[in-house]
Amino acid sequence: MKYQSQSVSKPYFIAAIGLFFGQIIFGLIMGLQYIIGDFLFPEIPFNIARMVHTNLLIVWLLFGFMGAGYYLIPEESERELHSPKLAIALFWIFLIAGALTIVGYLSLPYARLAELTGNNLLSTMGREFLEQPLITKVGIVIVALGFLYNLSMTILGGRKTSISLVMMIGLWGLAIFFLFSFYNPTNIVLDKYFWWWVVHLWVEGVWELIMGAMLAFVLIKVTGVDREVIEKWLYLIVAFTLITGLIGTGHHYFWIGAPEYWQTLGSVFSAMEPIPFFMMTIFAFNMVNRRRREHPNRVATLWAMGTGVMAFLGAGVWGFLHTLSPVNYYTHGTQVTAAHGHMAFYGAYAMVVMTMISYTMPLMRGREANSNLSQVVEMWSFWLMTIAMVFITLFLTGAGILQIWLQRVSETPMSFMATQDQLMIFYWLRLASGLMFLAGLLLYIASFFINGEPATVESRNPVGARGAAA
Amino acid sequence: MSSGFTKGMARNIFYGGAMFFFLLFVGLSVDTVVNRLPDRDNRAAINDQVARGKEIWEVNNCIGCHTLLGEGAYFAPELGNVYARRGPEFIKMWIKMQPTGTPGRRQMPNFHLTDEELDDLVAFLKYVNGVDTANWPPNIEG
Repeated sequence: MKYQSQSVSKPYFIAAIGLFFGQIIFGLIMGLQYIIGDFLFPEIPFNIARMVHTNLLIVWLLFGFMGAGYYLIPEESERELHSPKLAIALFWIFLIAGALTIVGYLSLPYARLAELTGNNLLSTMGREFLEQPLITKVGIVIVALGFLYNLSMTILGGRKTSISLVMMIGLWGLAIFFLFSFYNPTNIVLDKYFWWWVVHLWVEGVWELIMGAMLAFVLIKVTGVDREVIEKWLYLIVAFTLITGLIGTGHHYFWIGAPEYWQTLGSVFSAMEPIPFFMMTIFAFNMVNRRRREHPNRVATLWAMGTGVMAFLGAGVWGFLHTLSPVNYYTHGTQVTAAHGHMAFYGAYAMVVMTMISYTMPLMRGREANSNLSQVVEMWSFWLMTIAMVFITLFLTGAGILQIWLQRVSETPMSFMATQDQLMIFYWLRLASGLMFLAGLLLYIASFFINGEPATVESRNPVGARGAAA
Repeated sequence: MSSGFTKGMARNIFYGGAMFFFLLFVGLSVDTVVNRLPDRDNRAAINDQVARGKEIWEVNNCIGCHTLLGEGAYFAPELGNVYARRGPEFIKMWIKMQPTGTPGRRQMPNFHLTDEELDDLVAFLKYVNGVDTANWPPNIEG
């Protein structure tokens, strides 16, 4: 850690991991509700569990991005953070607001929560992923603006690098496009059309800029490859992200009332959306192969390479699978969508945040890398979570294909609920994979509590394996 | 990458490409919203009752289990075409009789809607059913 103020990232990352754990617990509850329909009913109905699951995901990723910003921007700008106090204050505001929102979801009927939080003043609730009460949404905007002010002031007085520039464009975009969550007309087509300006322009747009910048930052550190080369890659990757992804929004406009030219535009451009993700994979592997130094934090390098591969598979390949409009006509709104959503969010965003955490946490705890044992446990957690996610995705894809066949392709289509009964084997296997994911996550958390002598480059070689016993 | 390709060139592709495609996206969206949607989004059917129905849809987080035009959760049936599939009376009766309480089956909460609120909700579902969705879903089962 080069600057003392970078340590404000630490609480952000700890909170991110805590909320991630909560997300997985609610994921497992839902996985069981898919099979045993009345599990935890009426205490936690499915819609509440799902809202908690997805909202925790969004909030922990935001914590992760903010933590990454507070760490990365001072180091890139070569100066202390403009205001560490503001960063800590915003941390507590965001954590408490987030926790109160989740408590509200779980303890009150949603309609009552809407009534108590002023949804009648400006109704924004009850739309997928944007379920937060108005005051929480306003809170997110305030926290985001404070965060952006803090980082922007830091950059303005310091060195301006391509990495920090791309990171800031991504983060400003995140805040700006979130403002569309306040637009909620009665016209359902307009509502949905601009809802995607938050959701798609986040995850298939500006979030990829944030992701690319985080990945580039870690790759410079762990490989020692020349900044000029890495930043050239970064610009090309994010260029292709926006060249394909902006018009690629059209793949959400096929069946919601938008004009039919979006079927052509959305299919063609979103079919190219895997390109930037493929470039990220090539980028990560290429930089690691061309490394000019050996970094003792091997597990951070593993996460960085894993992010490239899994983002390409989840967002790229699984996205492409159902993005052409003639295919999407049958897959739209089925378990195929769920399969893609899971692997894309894990592979791109969960993993890039864990890459950043893996690289920075040891530094913030006063060492270049964790002990060999801690790293080995973290590598186990990497493989368990990643393989579990591959299985979850495959089983949901299987469920989706069968669902499409029975409910949409068949000459005698079955009803939705009758179809669901036929998918149970896949849901059982998905639940088992979810338990495997939980085991991986528990190991991940445990790895932070394993101390011992920090690994060094020498201790990686079999000859000098002194750290292995630590 | 060859050495002739510089970071500056990559940066220009980024800024130029992003700007061009963002403006194109905004332009297409203006065309969609101004010129195309009026003929497709069934806006003639929107009235106060539909507006109230949409609020009821939202404040009970229906999207947390159901899909509407294919978007939402995948735990319960598609409702964009439920008006055509089941008709108004069935929808109201069904909502009133929840939860079924059948052991092991997926349960829908009872939202304690009044008769007037049920009519509002049905009006909203009827309006959505009238949106031109390019012939989606493939069949009535959604």
